[in-house]
This record gives sequence, structure tokens and C-alpha cells, in this order.
Amino acid sequence: MIKTNMVLTEEQQAMLNGEKGEAMAKVMKTLVMYGEAFGAERMVPVTSKYGHLVTSFGLSVMKPVYELIDKLLEAGAVSGQKFSVDPRPLDKNVPSSFLQNLLFKFMYSKQNSYEEQLGKMGLMNEKAFTCTCYLDEVGNIPQKGEILSWAESSAVVYANSVLGARCNRNSGIIEMFGSIAGCVPYFGLLTDEGRMASWIVEIRTTKLPEAQVLGSAIGMKVMEDVPYIRGLTNFIGTQLDDKTKSYLKDMGAATASNGAVGLFHVERLTPEALELGEKLIRPDAKTYIIDDAELERVKAGYPCIWKDPDASPKLCFVGCPHLSLIQLKEWTLRLESRLKELNKEKVSVPTVFTASVPVLEAFNKTVESVKLAQMGVITSYICPLMYMNNPLCGKMPVITNSNKLRTYTTSRYYTDDEILEIITKGGK
Amino acid sequence: MKTFKGRPVVPGTVKAEALVSKGGFNTLASYQKSLMFGDKKGTCSDQNNPDLYEKPMSGKALCLPQTIGSTTGGMVLYCAAALGRQPACLLFSKPIDSLAAAGAILANIWTEISMPTVDCLGDEFLEYVRTGMTISVSEDGTVTVE
Repeated sequence: MIKTNMVLTEEQQAMLNGEKGEAMAKVMKTLVMYGEAFGAERMVPVTSKYGHLVTSFGLSVMKPVYELIDKLLEAGAVSGQKFSVDPRPLDKNVPSSFLQNLLFKFMYSKQNSYEEQLGKMGLMNEKAFTCTCYLDEVGNIPQKGEILSWAESSAVVYANSVLGARCNRNSGIIEMFGSIAGCVPYFGLLTDEGRMASWIVEIRTTKLPEAQVLGSAIGMKVMEDVPYIRGLTNFIGTQLDDKTKSYLKDMGAATASNGAVGLFHVERLTPEALELGEKLIRPDAKTYIIDDAELERVKAGYPCIWKDPDASPKLCFVGCPHLSLIQLKEWTLRLESRLKELNKEKVSVPTVFTASVPVLEAFNKTVESVKLAQMGVITSYICPLMYMNNPLCGKMPVITNSNKLRTYTTSRYYTDDEILEIITKGGK
Repeated sequence: MKTFKGRPVVPGTVKAEALVSKGGFNTLASYQKSLMFGDKKGTCSDQNNPDLYEKPMSGKALCLPQTIGSTTGGMVLYCAAALGRQPACLLFSKPIDSLAAAGAILANIWTEISMPTVDCLGDEFLEYVRTGMTISVSEDGTVTVE
């Protein structure tokens, strides 16, 4: 019998001992060792209906991952729950040159075979490629208190914070192993203790903070800790409506990518803050005050690594993480209004709005979708991050309102207002 | 010379040159380019990490507080290991984070490579160690810096 410090059920121990085959034994050994690293004493069942995987791309260089999945499939070690997965890396609707297309073909040569693997492993459906699986249109919406085996930092922080589900910041592959084994080690953000806040963030700005800059500031300050945010509801209200949830989606993604936040609480707004209030704050919690100057300081610190910092932008991405339906509609109205003021009909910078297929299908039924298309904006289900990650796209002066995209690529960050000005007026 | 005692998350022994990141190590941002374009030196591509940006990481004793960023992190580290482009060891001043732990453990169980991983070495470790120093790691999590 393989020994562990964790207390396992008979079934889990049998799996670890190899009674369900070598592949399952290695899956369980990985989860046990992972749990032991964090002092987990036991496994808990995954209780959500669906999982969510972070790896959506068939990059030829990720061969070791595909070989590992092949081993699992051959051994019959498939996910016990259906899952959604991050956005696809390619979409012919997104502008690209002949050379870029050649490069994409080479880079993502494993895309089709990887998607076949995902299908065999338990993909929900062909439309389930998005980082915003928790939106109503996609339908992977965990309930409060459910235990998840998810990855994708922006989805994990949203599920924990806005929905009150319980999920650690699992890595790719680990999240799949949890869905295969049907259990995850009990530690960190799965526990009441791990969900306590060790930072109080006081918002003292004179206006609504830009979600992506606020999240960036919080992430860089608290790193992996849990912040309890005060003062934000003065600007976004106390109703978790679609607009507020979209704000928290973008703020959370920035906390997770600019730092390593897996859960935040917003006073008088998020589920656990409503239920437990300041009882969520640890006695020794530190305080971080965010005012206008602090947000300016954080934003001014973002490096610009364009070869020519004065270059005119050649492409704009809005939608990392993917846009919600209300965001698509709001952007359309803002663009329409600004272009009218400028006496123009179309945007001056090629612009791509990204959202999940189900959200885009819903959007396409609205009058705004026609207006957006007439203004020259392209909609796509692509992952902008995957699009940007090659030397050809990396050299392009691309602008974005996403702090996550800024962090992982050469794209340059601008606030929503700045993006609106640049793409409607053109130039620098 | 100074000795620090940490916790072996993945036990092992190794001697290598230190490469130090004072800030959080963003695994995806750091490995993105080198993995994608076959750079065997594992040159760091994280523009936000002035300590490591454009420095080779393969075979180095990577000294860091924790990892940050995308949850592909562990998988990326696993791929780096499976392709032989991993650091010689991972040495964390703080308790290891879930993404780094996943990468180190996946590499340990699913590949043949050895990448000893030690955490909880303390803030003093990261204050003392400098890029270029020689690091020796023992099975029990003892780390010698000289």
C-alpha cells in the first residue's frame, strides 16, 4: 500500500495503489502530493456540475501535455464531469497577414488533434471555448459553496469571489486530474480559514476606478492573499447585476494576472461579504489605501515595449477576459455616440471585440450587433493572448484595455476612455 | 557562505548557479517565448520582471518568493521539464504557491527529470542570495549559498 499523510477513502487509496491502473495511480499520486504540499489532510469530492480547463490551444511545443492526455485516454482515465475550456487561439475573422497565417499554421499544428482529445476527455460542447464560462449564455455557473476543480485564473477568481464557489488556483493539468479523480485536496481557498482576508483595501478615489487598473494595483500589492475591499460599492452599488458582475470580472482578472489573487471580497456586495461582513477580516490584516494618485502611479509603471513607442496602433483588442453581453452593447453605444460627435462612420484602428460564441450569438440577435459591424468593429471568439504570442504579432503595435493581455504580451494598455478616443480618432 | 533550511516539496540534490527574482515569478510570461520557439536556454520573456528579463533560466537555481500569474503556470513548468529546459531547482523564500507546486510535482511524477524544489527558505534567503552565486541543495531541504 502506498503511504500518505492524508486520510483517503477506500476508493481513493485503491486508486493510489494502482487498482484502477497505472495512469489513475499517477493521477491520484499527483493530487496527493499536491495536497501534501499544502498540508491537506483529506480529499473532498468535486461537487460542481461542470469543470473548466485552461488549456485550449494545440501548440506544437506543448507536445508533452498531449502525450500525457493520450496516456490518460488510452487508460480510460477520462473526466467524470463535462467541462468548458479557454478560448480557441485562432479565428479567420481576426486580421492577420499571409506570414502570420503561415506562422499560426505552424504554431497551432496540434489544434485539431487536441480538440479531438478534449472531446474524448469530456468537453461540454463545441461552443464551450471561453474564459468566461460562468456567464449565463455559456451556462457553466457554479453555485455558492460548490467545490470546483477549475483552472484559468480569471475564471477561478470570479467563481470564488462573485459566485461564492470554492476553488483553488489550480494549474492546468491539475484541474483535469481533479475532474478525472472526482476529488481535490482540501486546502487553501476550499477552507473557511483560507477564505479570510489578510488585506483591507480602502478605495478613496474621487470617481469609479478603472476596473483593470484597480485590479492590477490590488494584485501587485496583495499577491496571493485575499483582499477585503471597502468603498467600492460607493461607485458600483450593492446589486450584483450584469453591469457590476462585468466590472468585477475585469477587476478580478487583473488581480489574478498582475498578482495571484484567487478570491476577493467586496464589502456589502459579494456573497460571503454579505453573509459574514467584517468577520472575514483577519485580526492582523494589513491596509492598502487606493486613491487617484495610487492608481496613476500603478498605471504609469506599466512598461511600453513597442520598438517604436510613438507608433500608431495597428490593432486593438477589447475583451480579455471575454466581454459579457452588456459590455458588447455598452461599447457599441459609446462608439456610436463618439463617432457621431466626430462626424465619422467607422473606427480608424482595426478593432476586435472578443466574447464567447454563445454571447456573440445572443449579441447577434440585437440591433447593436448591426451597428457595431457597420462601425467596422470585428467580433471574435478568439483568445487575444494566444493571437499575440508570436514574434510577428509581438512586433505589431497592438493596444488593449486588458491588463492581463498587457502582462503577457507586447500590447499596450489604455483605459476604456483612452481606447475609445484612439480607435475613433486614429493615430497615436 | 550561508546555509538556509527549507522544506523539500520535491526532494533532491543539485549544485547550480543562482538566478534570483526578487518579485513574483510569472511562469507563463517567463517561459512563453522560449517554449514556443525552441529556445533551449529558456530565456526569460517576462517584461515585468527586471531581475530575469532576457536572462537564461535553464539549468539555473531559480530563487524566488513565489510564482504569480496564469494558471497555465504549472503546466508550462511541466512542459519545460519534459523538454529539458527546466531550472536546476526551484528555491522559494515563501511557502510554495499552488501553480509552482503543480509544476514541480507534475515534473516529478510524469517525467524522468530531477528538479528539486524547496520552499519556506525565509525572506533572509532572498535578501542574501545574488544572481551568479553557487547554490547547493541537499535532500533534506538544506540550501547552501556561496
